[in-house]
Amino acid sequence: MCLSIPSKVVKIDTERNVATVDTMGVQREAGLELMEEGDVKIGDYVLLHIGFIMNKIDEEDAMESLKVYNEILEKLDEEERKQMVIDDDNCENRGA
Amino acid sequence: MSELQLKDLYDGFRNPEVIKGFAKLIAEEAKKLTRPINIMEVCGGHTHSIMKFGLPQLLPSNINFIHGPGCPVCIMPKERIDHAYILAEQEDTILVTLGDMIKVPGSRGSLQDARAKGADVRFIYSPLDTLKIAEENSQKKIIFFAIGFETTTPMTTALIDIVLKRGIKNIFFHINHVTVPEVMVELIDSRDEHVDSYNNRIDAFLGPSHVSVITGSKIYEKFPKEYNRPVVVAGFEPVDVMEAILMIVKQFTEGRCELEIEYKRLVTHDGNLKAQALIENYFEKASLFKWRGLGNVPESGYKLRPQFSDIDAERIYADILPREEIEDHKLCICGDILRGMAKPDECTIFGTACKPQTPLGSCMVSSEGACAAYYKYGNLLK
Amino acid sequence: MNKQITLAMGNGGEENNELISKIFYKAFKNEILEKSEDAAVIHGGELAFSTDSFTVSPLFFPGGDIGKLAVCGTCNDLAMMGAKPKYLTCSVIIEEGFSTRELEKIVRSMKKELENNGAIVVSGDTKVVPRGSVDKIFINTTGIGEITKKGISSNNISKDDVILVSRDLGRHGATIFAAREGIELSSSLESDCASLTHQVQALIEADVKITALRDATRGGVSAVLNEWAKQSNICIEVQEESIPVSEEVYGICEILGFEAVNLANEGTFVLAIAKEDEVKALEVLHSFENSSNAVKIADVSDAYIGKVVLLSSYGTKRFLDTPTGELLPRIC
Repeated sequence: MCLSIPSKVVKIDTERNVATVDTMGVQREAGLELMEEGDVKIGDYVLLHIGFIMNKIDEEDAMESLKVYNEILEKLDEEERKQMVIDDDNCENRGA
Repeated sequence: MSELQLKDLYDGFRNPEVIKGFAKLIAEEAKKLTRPINIMEVCGGHTHSIMKFGLPQLLPSNINFIHGPGCPVCIMPKERIDHAYILAEQEDTILVTLGDMIKVPGSRGSLQDARAKGADVRFIYSPLDTLKIAEENSQKKIIFFAIGFETTTPMTTALIDIVLKRGIKNIFFHINHVTVPEVMVELIDSRDEHVDSYNNRIDAFLGPSHVSVITGSKIYEKFPKEYNRPVVVAGFEPVDVMEAILMIVKQFTEGRCELEIEYKRLVTHDGNLKAQALIENYFEKASLFKWRGLGNVPESGYKLRPQFSDIDAERIYADILPREEIEDHKLCICGDILRGMAKPDECTIFGTACKPQTPLGSCMVSSEGACAAYYKYGNLLK
Repeated sequence: MNKQITLAMGNGGEENNELISKIFYKAFKNEILEKSEDAAVIHGGELAFSTDSFTVSPLFFPGGDIGKLAVCGTCNDLAMMGAKPKYLTCSVIIEEGFSTRELEKIVRSMKKELENNGAIVVSGDTKVVPRGSVDKIFINTTGIGEITKKGISSNNISKDDVILVSRDLGRHGATIFAAREGIELSSSLESDCASLTHQVQALIEADVKITALRDATRGGVSAVLNEWAKQSNICIEVQEESIPVSEEVYGICEILGFEAVNLANEGTFVLAIAKEDEVKALEVLHSFENSSNAVKIADVSDAYIGKVVLLSSYGTKRFLDTPTGELLPRIC
């Protein structure tokens, strides 16, 4: 719920069943007890919560979401531009 | 394939332009609504996000938030806090628990007060920290006071697993984990009884982010099916919440009632099966668990299975742990607030006798409680 | 007020202020004390006088140690009133069993920092107490400085001022949390612990119209802004986007659920400068390595007197309150 944060896996210690994760340059260890063996790999993005890795972040879904947001922004920008042209056309102060 | 940077996972979902963009889209879509809608965010993390990022200031007036009970610290009944207090006072005992529990007042005071009086109370960041404390204090009994929703439940079971597998003899558990769907049902049922007007009805749910990572979205299937309430499972970043709100509004304008996932990058239908198996292995449901402000919610709490009674502090210390229920302050209307029937500023003791430093009710106790959020951020909200 | 002193009352935030005003100010009532500045201005406005005690744990941390802190802390309080630190006292309470080598290390650190400030220790006291009576070592320093610019006060800030911070926030608090036992993090984060005398003197020499200065220690920039809003009866409106935070502090704040504005600093200060001198002040600050990212963060208004408002870049606003409680990591 709260305080679960995305981090990147930089090291895995199979003996102690612990991964080292990096969150913006801050590294800490996280337990792998909630993940299936071999599931987590170096370079994976994971969600961290109270010292454990809770799940892997689906990169494709994440990028898909970000792509959709960009499209929304582009569409809104486009509409704003169209509206500005219309406003300009309708401007009373415009010389005939 | 990995063009995704870690920073994108933060910034991308906090992008101010995108937040503004969704605000526009929501405003347009909301014009088509035939009546105002009330969305309950169940999870305290969502309440916090919504308040901290000022999201109600961006929404049209026909979309309202009803703040749910989603804070496991807020809903801890006084009796159980007293359990923690009493356990902490035991000789040669160290009580270990997560952060916010320290400030919550029971009838004798909070764990912070107990510590000031000499009890050994340690707050830890992760249940795994308990292992070190137990090792360094092998002559003492370490009692882990476990709290949280389904998000934190598997972590406690992982600790139990380690304790049993390594044969550690001085760690015990007092389990206070609770579950979300049961209280959602309780809120709908009890409100449908109390509803006088459409204004108070819960129309849709913003599903918790990280509870759902563990449980999967499958636990909410009954809400659209049997209760006619759409559920959209949302992340807790401001862009996630705004996107989820748009998805909810669209369900209403398009005449749908479904379970959807906004938080696709982390939530699946099935969830984390290994975590679920751990929970199933060690815990069973308690038939009743009292939620502060709400009363007993059936099948909403976990307890250790009987075969693990050797590490169950609630059983071991049963003769000194009180059973009687303790009433909340008479002027406290947390029950109504948790049901979304009142707002924090309608409470007569809000901000005066009851404030974050001296909380009298559950909603003020933790920074994710509705009253605490209102106290901190509320004055500038619509 | 509580019957017993709680840890929260030492947090530099609301509970701390309550303790100070209800017990200490009440008993020691006088005009100078009630001004609540970083250092007392005495002797007809010519001298600044301040005291501070240091109990940091761990004693040695990335970027400094308790000795460096003990000198910086008091010298900075003097600098914040526009004074050049001159004479310090040094009182120590040492736990029986403490390592003499560590004590020497600490004292050498203090010496280095004194030289940096151009100050000397002229009086002191040493006590040793039985094991368990204090946690290794506590240090108190008291300092006197010569005011080179009079009139700097947290009670006079107005709409003609802008608010700047000298560098990115929260480094000290973040470093201490990271170094503390029980929360294991490893990063290259360092405390910002540093003396601010030279920067302040440079600002004075450049004739910058300084209204107020305060170093953002316990309670962070949040506490300072709230104190200023109350003392000067103003509203401080902060542009959230402009608040400088380094990536690593950001990372620790994410992990532990803190806001950088609430974390302690030991080499970062907040300035209220006349609007027209904003550019000049920033130029002076940028010429020093540890204020190279100094920036304006807020304006002064009368929108909500006595409060601090945080304006987001997407059109919402909220109050930024004085931190309360112990600074615990937020969990579910």
